[in-house]
Amino acid sequence: MNAETQNSARDHTNNPAPDHTNDPAHDPGYNFAYLDEQTKRMIRRGLLKALAIPGYQVPFGSREMPLPYGWGTGGIQVTASVIGADDTLKVIDQGADDTTNAVSIRKFFRRVTGVKTTEKTAEATVIQTRHRIPEAPLREGQILVYQVPIPEPLRWLERRESESRKMHAYAEYGAMHVQLYESIARFGRITTTYDYPVKVADRYLMSPSPTPKFDNPKMHMNPAIQLFGAGREKRLYAVPPYTRVESLAFEDHPFEVQEWDDACALCGDDKSFLDEVVVDDAGTRMFMCSDSDHCRDRRAAGHRGGAEGAAAEALAAMTGGTDDGSNKDRAEDWAKDREAAQ
Amino acid sequence: MTPLLSVDAVTFRYGKTLACDRIGFDLHPGEVLGIVGESGSGKTTLLNCLAGRLQPDSGTIRYTRANGEAVDIYRLGEAERRFLARTEWGFVHQTPRDGLRMGVTAGGNVGEPLMAVGNRHYENIRHEAASWLTKVEIDADRIDDRPTTFSGGMQQRLQIARNLVTGPRLVFMDEPTGGLDVSVQARLLDLVRGLVRDLNLSAILVTHDLAVARLLADRLMVMRRGRVVEHGLTDQVLDDPHDAYTQLLVSSVLQT
Amino acid sequence: MYVAVKGGEAAIDNAHAYLDETRRGDRSVPELAIAQIREQMSHAVDRVMAEGSLYDPDLAALAIKQAQGDLVEAIFLLRAYRTTLPRFGYTKPIKTNEMAVRRRVSATFKDIPGGQVLGPTFDYTHRLLDFALAADPSRPVKAVPETAEPLRPDMPRVTEFLNQEGLIETEDAPAQEDDPAKTADLTREPIDFPADRATRLQNLARGDEGFLLALGYSTQRGYGRTHPFAGEIRMGEVTVSITPDELGFEIDLGDITVTECEMVNQFQGSKTKPPQFTRGYGLVFGKTERKAMAMALVDRSLRAAEFDEQSGAPAQDEEFVLMHSDNVEASGFVQHLKLPHYVDFQSELELIRRLRKEADEQQRRDAVKEAAE
Repeated sequence: MNAETQNSARDHTNNPAPDHTNDPAHDPGYNFAYLDEQTKRMIRRGLLKALAIPGYQVPFGSREMPLPYGWGTGGIQVTASVIGADDTLKVIDQGADDTTNAVSIRKFFRRVTGVKTTEKTAEATVIQTRHRIPEAPLREGQILVYQVPIPEPLRWLERRESESRKMHAYAEYGAMHVQLYESIARFGRITTTYDYPVKVADRYLMSPSPTPKFDNPKMHMNPAIQLFGAGREKRLYAVPPYTRVESLAFEDHPFEVQEWDDACALCGDDKSFLDEVVVDDAGTRMFMCSDSDHCRDRRAAGHRGGAEGAAAEALAAMTGGTDDGSNKDRAEDWAKDREAAQ
Repeated sequence: MTPLLSVDAVTFRYGKTLACDRIGFDLHPGEVLGIVGESGSGKTTLLNCLAGRLQPDSGTIRYTRANGEAVDIYRLGEAERRFLARTEWGFVHQTPRDGLRMGVTAGGNVGEPLMAVGNRHYENIRHEAASWLTKVEIDADRIDDRPTTFSGGMQQRLQIARNLVTGPRLVFMDEPTGGLDVSVQARLLDLVRGLVRDLNLSAILVTHDLAVARLLADRLMVMRRGRVVEHGLTDQVLDDPHDAYTQLLVSSVLQT
Repeated sequence: MYVAVKGGEAAIDNAHAYLDETRRGDRSVPELAIAQIREQMSHAVDRVMAEGSLYDPDLAALAIKQAQGDLVEAIFLLRAYRTTLPRFGYTKPIKTNEMAVRRRVSATFKDIPGGQVLGPTFDYTHRLLDFALAADPSRPVKAVPETAEPLRPDMPRVTEFLNQEGLIETEDAPAQEDDPAKTADLTREPIDFPADRATRLQNLARGDEGFLLALGYSTQRGYGRTHPFAGEIRMGEVTVSITPDELGFEIDLGDITVTECEMVNQFQGSKTKPPQFTRGYGLVFGKTERKAMAMALVDRSLRAAEFDEQSGAPAQDEEFVLMHSDNVEASGFVQHLKLPHYVDFQSELELIRRLRKEADEQQRRDAVKEAAE
């Protein structure tokens, strides 16, 4: 079956896909955003339900995607269902645009939608993320799509879906605080550092996905739409704009986020989430912003961190985002070398 | 006085077998009712029906809530019934393992019901848990130990603390001394008796052990093959049994 | 100073070029043709079709070639392709009692109408490496002698003989048989618990052979024992037919190879049911006898609640079995651990360092206090 007939076959429903044939970058072998229109509609219906019941997990007929489960198939299906030809897409993993999986997902969407992509948080209308919320505040009209591996915050207490669904239905969340209690009793503090459970709109307990708890406060009363997709577990959930999102805690052990003794070696920020980099064999550490766009913005505005000379260059290359072509050159050299060796 | 629990014609079948046959009684506030009978008599099935854990085939169970409102517990939705069980009732299982979280510390086990009803102050929860451990004669130093490191008797006392910490109005107990040594049993019984008296608890106690029933229950119901064969004040039933089966039960205890 | 590694598109493209080179291997060795894989690696093709849940030997062979023989990867390729295919309709249930049988054995009766038919089987081969196969690739294939009499076209089911006596549970066709579209489709709708048997069987038919094999084996070793006998195993070709809405009558689409296994299991009866034999069922695309048998064991184990015989064994736990049987899901999630996790790891690092620091400080304070006392 060639690509042409495959595509027309996929659109055998009475509702043909919007015509995107003019998008130069859109691979005509696939329907816009890969999924067929019926599936996108099914997912959008699920998302509407999720938005209507903030924090509630909506089961959905997750499709088998050409990328592996656990690698963002839920987020990809959500993005595919909400994205339009006029959207500008940003994809980040660990806060950065240039991590391998982010690159791979962005490439996928460029191929199947031809939409404009960006690394600038402010320019994006749809941001798909894994493990971070951008440092720059989001605004109305933006959609943040989270990739979710395990949507059930109660899974570690009650592994049975049939039981945890009841716990949600009856708002029986006492056991969740037991976990926090245990950690204070043992370590003197709450030791959950990521995927830190939240209560949404004072009702449903929700997993924020494995973002660091540093990002939890950003979810609260956020003007953007926050959508969550778990492909393998076949669940959607959402936080509508301006919704209360409260991190679980005790009155005398309030929720607190990570702090660093260091600042970003490149832009000097000591308020953003920092990644630790081992820079030599002796184990010398440096810290830099996990959000590469945020770091670039600050540097453009003249902020500087402690790194100098070669170290600064090397670090900047890591967070540069845009490919300066040096990798491509290296790849060509490598290919030539191998050819010669054969 | 309005009964706390009013049970009428409760019937439950397993296939063709009648596990509970039209059982009815009233339980008054502050009263402890013992249900005795040999295994297979239907007493545990009845307890589960009463505690909202097993819907009877017919009959009604009316409970008077703390706010004075009488509710038919199986007319409530499951959500409301679970809420009621969480806020006003306790359930002590025969096996502590069934009523405890074995992977959670003693403090967490006793603290959980408090957190479930909205307590969000760590130190207060901990303080309350420690005080309950003391009440059930567990050294408060053991608060951060897991029940897996406790003896059977301690585990059972911990389960009792977990059930009583929220001040329930009605406690269901299923053979609470079942798996314990005789000396441990005696100590636990003393403890339970003291707590029931001090807290003015209402309780329904299922046991096959008439000595346990005599020590704890104000009234007794004797069950056989799903039916109540005798019902009266504990001393009356045990000292002057009318029914032939009760006589047999009582005499067999005396012989051993 | 390390050279900064960027996960740029070029790096990914290069990695894929390298992958393709690995696929080809030594260029002095002739390249495999799809037809060679299809014809000479038929068990691999069958497994990929079964777990990829798409019956197309050529595509399965292509997937195996592309995946360089990694069957789980090949299954993934086939699944990802399958999901893009339109639904033209739903076939009628296949009739395995009308199977053109190539193999049919029963462990419950010595002789059965229709006979024991060994067919092409690894059974009773001595597992000795056949060096002649390596030395002389063109070694002539042993001739299969003609059978004295043709096999019965209507091979009766062994379990039917038990049914005649009323010794085995009767199975009513599920209500959805009239309208196959009513059967749950796990590729369209998420599973919901408790799942009905048809849904469970659908999940198992797509499930990983190794996972089902291990679970089935565990029931034999006592983890939820079901006292099974291989009532009948048959393999052969069945006709797939469909009634298109436009036509209103049934037409045949073609033949597919399937393996079916009916396990006969002991059941001692309950308060509502008399003692009788019960069934475990396995049906898989292709020549996949090991999986069909394992599937039948697991199917029967998953019916434990129905027979009030639950013992907490893994193979009886519906959520456990059905949520972990899919190797495309499992492979993806296990392997996602190699994706960057440094944000979460950073969070844990920060925590461990802080806890260590606090513990050290506490120790110092204690030491000072002790010295002072």
